[in-house]
Amino acid sequence: MWQFFIRRILSAIPTLFVISFIIFAVLDLAPGDPTGNLPLTIPPEVREQVRQALGADDPFIVQYFKWVRQFFYYEPVALIEEMTGTTILGENNLRILSWQTRSPVFDLIAQRLPQTLWVVGLAYLFSILIAIPIGVISAYKQYSIFDQLGTFVALVGFSVPTFFTGLMAILIFSVQLRWLPSIYDTTLVVNDWSSFMQQVRQMIMPVMVLTFFNASQLSRFMRSSMLENLSQDYARTARSKGLQERIVVLGHVLRNSLIPVVTLIALGVPTIFTGAIITEQIFRVNGIGDLLIRGIYNSDIPLVQTLTFIFAVLIVLFNIVADLAYGFLDPRIRYG
Amino acid sequence: MKALTKIIVVLLVVALGHNAFAQRGSDGTVELLYWQAISILNPYLSGGTKDIEGSSVVLEPLARYDENGNLVPWLVTEIPTVENGGVSEDLLSITWSLRDDILWSDGTPFTAADVVFTGDYCMNPEAGCVSSNFFADIESIEALDDFTVRINFTVPKPFPYSAFVSAESPILQQAQFADCTGIAAQECSEENFNPIGTGAFMVAEFRPNDVVRFEANPNYREADKPAFQTVIIQGGGDAPSAARAALETGEVDWAWNLQVSPEVLMQMEAAGIGTVVTSFGTSLERLLINFANPDSALGDDRSEYMNGENPHPFLTDPAVREALAMAIDRAILVEIGYGQTGQVTCNIMPAPEIYASTANDGCEAQDIEAANALLDEAGWEMGADGVRSKDGVRLSVLYQTSTNAVRQDFQALIQEWWGQIGVETELRNIDAGVFFGNDPGSPDTYGKFYADIQMYTSSMAGTDPEAYMNRWRCDEIAGADNQWIGSNNHRWCSPEYDELSAELSVTAALEDRAEIVKAMNDMLVQENVVIPLVYRGDVSARSNTLLGTRMNSWDAELWNIADWYREGE
Repeated sequence: MWQFFIRRILSAIPTLFVISFIIFAVLDLAPGDPTGNLPLTIPPEVREQVRQALGADDPFIVQYFKWVRQFFYYEPVALIEEMTGTTILGENNLRILSWQTRSPVFDLIAQRLPQTLWVVGLAYLFSILIAIPIGVISAYKQYSIFDQLGTFVALVGFSVPTFFTGLMAILIFSVQLRWLPSIYDTTLVVNDWSSFMQQVRQMIMPVMVLTFFNASQLSRFMRSSMLENLSQDYARTARSKGLQERIVVLGHVLRNSLIPVVTLIALGVPTIFTGAIITEQIFRVNGIGDLLIRGIYNSDIPLVQTLTFIFAVLIVLFNIVADLAYGFLDPRIRYG
Repeated sequence: MKALTKIIVVLLVVALGHNAFAQRGSDGTVELLYWQAISILNPYLSGGTKDIEGSSVVLEPLARYDENGNLVPWLVTEIPTVENGGVSEDLLSITWSLRDDILWSDGTPFTAADVVFTGDYCMNPEAGCVSSNFFADIESIEALDDFTVRINFTVPKPFPYSAFVSAESPILQQAQFADCTGIAAQECSEENFNPIGTGAFMVAEFRPNDVVRFEANPNYREADKPAFQTVIIQGGGDAPSAARAALETGEVDWAWNLQVSPEVLMQMEAAGIGTVVTSFGTSLERLLINFANPDSALGDDRSEYMNGENPHPFLTDPAVREALAMAIDRAILVEIGYGQTGQVTCNIMPAPEIYASTANDGCEAQDIEAANALLDEAGWEMGADGVRSKDGVRLSVLYQTSTNAVRQDFQALIQEWWGQIGVETELRNIDAGVFFGNDPGSPDTYGKFYADIQMYTSSMAGTDPEAYMNRWRCDEIAGADNQWIGSNNHRWCSPEYDELSAELSVTAALEDRAEIVKAMNDMLVQENVVIPLVYRGDVSARSNTLLGTRMNSWDAELWNIADWYREGE
């Protein structure tokens, strides 16, 4: 088990290096210019100076190694300094700076993470809590009214994009009814009941829209996995042994059906950190997704590179976690 | 005498209006929405207009433009001119007299040293200062005493008001930015996020690309201003949702840059919560003609001027350009794309008024028949496929622009009109970040112009057209030799035009300058080097309870935020 874990981690390291290089190469090849959004009244010679000051004109390989050194040396040092309050490099620390804001990329991420975790994380949690019971009941009572209705709603939720449901929600709840704000205030500090309610009010719509979308997908997986297991021999054996129906379904069938679903959930965890680009834009939840898409629009290569690489790390990591979860859920799987 | 005093008192009260009796901070909070969120509050390192707008709440220039494009003294006692001795007779220097009652928001006095420092800061080539063209041709900036600054130029400057004028060139505090010059400018995020200014507000909290909160400056020079205690600039989302927040839900008091279809804006305005405000500067949507051959078969030589040795196969024919211009119905374009926020124009310089030529009036009428006749006469014969040709050259153009709903509508309409005169049009749209970028590795930039015709909006900085008109000089031609950073991407060269440009650079009297600019404008338009389409306004929306705003296209929209107030409070 531990041996397997360590082997996987070790093999992930070269993979991640290759990924970081590919991301950098793709970003470098992609057209774009950090001065592209400046007013056209600014002459091209001045833009050239700005690019030089940013280091955007350095050769590709120089930029890449600069980033590698920053990511694996200067940033960890900055983190240690932050945590221990000591000064190792202090002023001389060349942290990764965003081209748009000229501030450390990790500071931007730290500022954006709370709202993304709250909104996208809660939506993810809710969708799991909703989707599993719906999937179980739909499968158990296959072709019942509940199943038909569940199938229909899931189909709608899955096929209607969030930019549509989000806009509808805003038109109904913000424009018509005036119940909920359409702007998410990231500076809101929750310290009493009324500010807590304000936080809830501003989170309802984005969480609702994302939950609807995620839950639709997940409930279909849960349903089909349950159906597969319900007709298995072991379920019939359990029933013929005279076990209560409740124990057969929840104790035996559900546990086995959860194996693929848990994998799916584990593999989806990185998406909580990557944020929800479209939903965040619609509701102005300025989280990680919004940070990424604005970075792309403005050709902010250090920011996009760092964010994408962190996503890659998370995806590799949760793949390992999913593999390990298999072992816990399914005793037949042993890691040698 | 008594009556006269009375009248003066009455006039004063009327002029000062509400604010004469208001107290600083009595009107609470004003919420602004900039859908392109603010990234940095140092305008010299800005990545776009939004950052200049945000910093204008805090930082102030010596002089700025009002909504009519007139220079207004801001941190100085008067605008220097040759008449009042502020500008030397030989036009080689300008002397600004600073007000002596200005304090920075931290309570320290504002002096000439700060002005000199700001000049050095931006003129340092390593700083990557985006406003460095405001400091062009400056030999030195010196403080004559604590409140007098003299700028010496290397060449005579008929229009010396660019350094330290307008929101793009405000004064930084020397004490704060002293360690942030040159290459260090990039790393001073603390200073760049929290600049100390002389404006009505100061930065209280800044979250890059998200939200900025400003509080009233306790050391502001006018004791009863600003009326608001707090200014919040929210960011994020897109233009339509920003319009909705100001006009339909009333969540914000001001929404900036609403590039939304005119019908949608009118519908939203009907809710009665907010008002759409428009102002006109020099923004002009135009078609640009390529005078060099962009044929991809030429390889590295495509769209290169090569001293006129690589002419465009048919766009160098004046009759073709004329016919293309005549086939366009500008009134329909304005109606579809801009509504009240656009006007039909026939000039490259639509404003300020003294520079606007009247020689081209009447160009706006569409005349397909005449265009066809013109092409017939020039020997372009209609082929069986409805496309004209002459000596084996087909009138087939590639027409590119940036990706944007209005622009794609324009492309489709113009394609249709040109089809009616026997010109085949292939359309192409490119992401704005790529198109307006200067990445020398990308073939899709407006600077390289690997197409026959392209369309975009451009405008000039400030109110003096000299630098703007110089964009069409022969020595500005863009090409591989200058990494495509020349501003003449038409590759059009006219010695006559260059002569006018040289004349302009040594002419001081405003009326004479205006005559030359008009002549240059007429040349560009009558030769159809540029085909002006729409004179575009800037569009914002304000809440009906927010008063005192004066929408401005010549400076930041928030230029007079010190005077904003809430109705009835």
